Amino acid sequence: MLKIKDLHARVEDKEILKGINLEVKPGEVHAIMGPNGSGKSTLASVIAGKEDFEITKGTILFEGEELDEVAPEERAHKGIFLSFQYPVEIPGVSVTNFMKTAINESRKAHGKEDMPASKMLKLIREKSELLDIDRKFLSRSLNEGFSGGEKKRNEIFQMAMLEPKLAILDETDSGLDIDALRIVANGVNKLKSKDNAVILITHYQRLLEYIIPDFVHVIHDGKIVKSGTKELALELEEKGYDWLKKEPVV
Amino acid sequence: MAFENNVDMDHPIHDIRSEAIKNFETKGFPSKKEEAWKYTSLNSLQKIDFSIFPKEENALEYHQVKKYFLHEIDTYKIVFIDGIYSSYLSETTHDGVDICLMSSALTKPMYQQVIDVYFNKVASKEESLTTLNTAFSREGAYIYIPKNKAPKKPVEILHFATGNEATLMLQPRNLIIVEENAELQVIERHQSLTSNEVLTNCVTEIFAAKNAIVDYYKVQNDTKKASLIDNTYIAQKDKSVVKVHTFSFGGKLTRNNLNFYQNGEHIDSTLKGVTILGEKQHVDHHTLVHHQQPNCESHQDYKGIYGERSTGVFNGKIIVDKIAQKTNAFQQNNNVLISDQATINTKPQLEIFADDVKCSHGCTIGQLDEDAMFYLQSRGIPRKEATGLLMYAFANNVLESVRLPELKQRINKLIATKLGVRLGFDL
Repeated sequence: MLKIKDLHARVEDKEILKGINLEVKPGEVHAIMGPNGSGKSTLASVIAGKEDFEITKGTILFEGEELDEVAPEERAHKGIFLSFQYPVEIPGVSVTNFMKTAINESRKAHGKEDMPASKMLKLIREKSELLDIDRKFLSRSLNEGFSGGEKKRNEIFQMAMLEPKLAILDETDSGLDIDALRIVANGVNKLKSKDNAVILITHYQRLLEYIIPDFVHVIHDGKIVKSGTKELALELEEKGYDWLKKEPVV
Repeated sequence: MAFENNVDMDHPIHDIRSEAIKNFETKGFPSKKEEAWKYTSLNSLQKIDFSIFPKEENALEYHQVKKYFLHEIDTYKIVFIDGIYSSYLSETTHDGVDICLMSSALTKPMYQQVIDVYFNKVASKEESLTTLNTAFSREGAYIYIPKNKAPKKPVEILHFATGNEATLMLQPRNLIIVEENAELQVIERHQSLTSNEVLTNCVTEIFAAKNAIVDYYKVQNDTKKASLIDNTYIAQKDKSVVKVHTFSFGGKLTRNNLNFYQNGEHIDSTLKGVTILGEKQHVDHHTLVHHQQPNCESHQDYKGIYGERSTGVFNGKIIVDKIAQKTNAFQQNNNVLISDQATINTKPQLEIFADDVKCSHGCTIGQLDEDAMFYLQSRGIPRKEATGLLMYAFANNVLESVRLPELKQRINKLIATKLGVRLGFDL
């Protein structure tokens, strides 16, 4: 589904990604871990198409197609979803109205009519129940005055509504208490299928107790320095990230 | 042809008129040489030979102008067509509160006393366009809300220009008095119905007594040939709360002179505005808040979106007198330019003579936030639609303090339409 080959990317003059290789197949869950500033969030933004970053070398292929020149909204239409670490507040636009806009824009891009209102309402009801979201919450302005936990839960609600093929969750666990973490993880698990894939970007192992990854990758200084299975995450939890600085990179 | 036609020759209003004429003759129209008119030129308007007295009365049917009323709810209406009162379209009252006309108020002895106390008392006697209005105004709204009263419904003041005159100058004059513990909501609109030139030079005086609450909404969405110079003067007493919202979405040239004078303690004054302009439209917001007593607050929040070759001005003056300790004065002016040819001049002007005050001001001129843009795009919303949504969100938070839900919805729709993008949902 996703193939990243020798990806180098920079923002202004600073090179952040220095040769990332990663392959994600349908049905897989990949965790990307690493210390602050290692390039985890940059990788997420580059896959979603943020224009601040310039790809200097290498490619990203999504379902065999090169993404380099594809606008962020078109990537969304193709089925890529990024759950933001810091979701943006949009005053005056309710969660419901925002979702209607997003879904109908995507349908328009695929040559489909707007989703009928009744169907939309049913979908909203279903997905909000899945994430234990109060109906009142849906009429509030998007992210405005939301707590950290509410913002993250809302991101996963959007993911549930948009049903992406590839979901990238950037530090979705940060700022969540244990109950909220469980609800969010439970939501992600229910949405998982053999046809879609998830990339979890996280600093801590905690989230991986609830969403079990098939692969764990450690990123350091813009490169994946170690890959393994879920046991690697436990090892990281024990050892921290300091060993990265000592061990020579192979 | 004036509102004192049926008033005795010795009435004080005659003296006020003569003095105003004299003052206007001395000063004349303001020019760009004056600091307060540096960015707004009246030259092109002065070249037009405006007709001041329409030759004939014009009638309008309700269905022709219904859309300009807040017809979703019941309101009192004071309607003028080409400057002349239309009793047919109006709905006035004397039931506990007085919502009527200056001319009719002047003919009744009981109102005359009120008029003697308040008329031309807060309006400037020096500012030349205000004196021009004082000298020649023919008609306007008279609203008197006695102690502890509140009208059953909001009041709409509407001025229509029919275009039966090739050019028309209107000078309405409103006098509004809200007594102790009384409440009032007003929506004011000037609307041209043709493509003929119209110039309106309007003066409104508002007096808010102790504990009075006044909400005043100015809806400015006029045609390309209609210009408005609005001069609003507000005098507030202890613990009164006055909010003025100005929605500037159209017109050729619009100048809003909004002046607040705080004559008491624990007063709250709010000035908010949303401006969305395109083409070659021009809007100039000149605000003044004069803190003359201690323990008062003022809040200013103006948002502007300027496209094409439109130009905007925001000049916000705050004066805090030496006696006005513990003043809280806030001022915010944020602008987005969506075209390379649009311009905005924004200038805070703070004159603070007290030492124990909290004053903040900030003005920004910018483009849209790219992080927010990426967020919307990553949800599948294309750049054009995302731009609309973000501008809508930018302007929208000024509306939080609008207390009439139907008006809020109307303005929301107007904002969406003005931004010319599909929001993907009904408002």
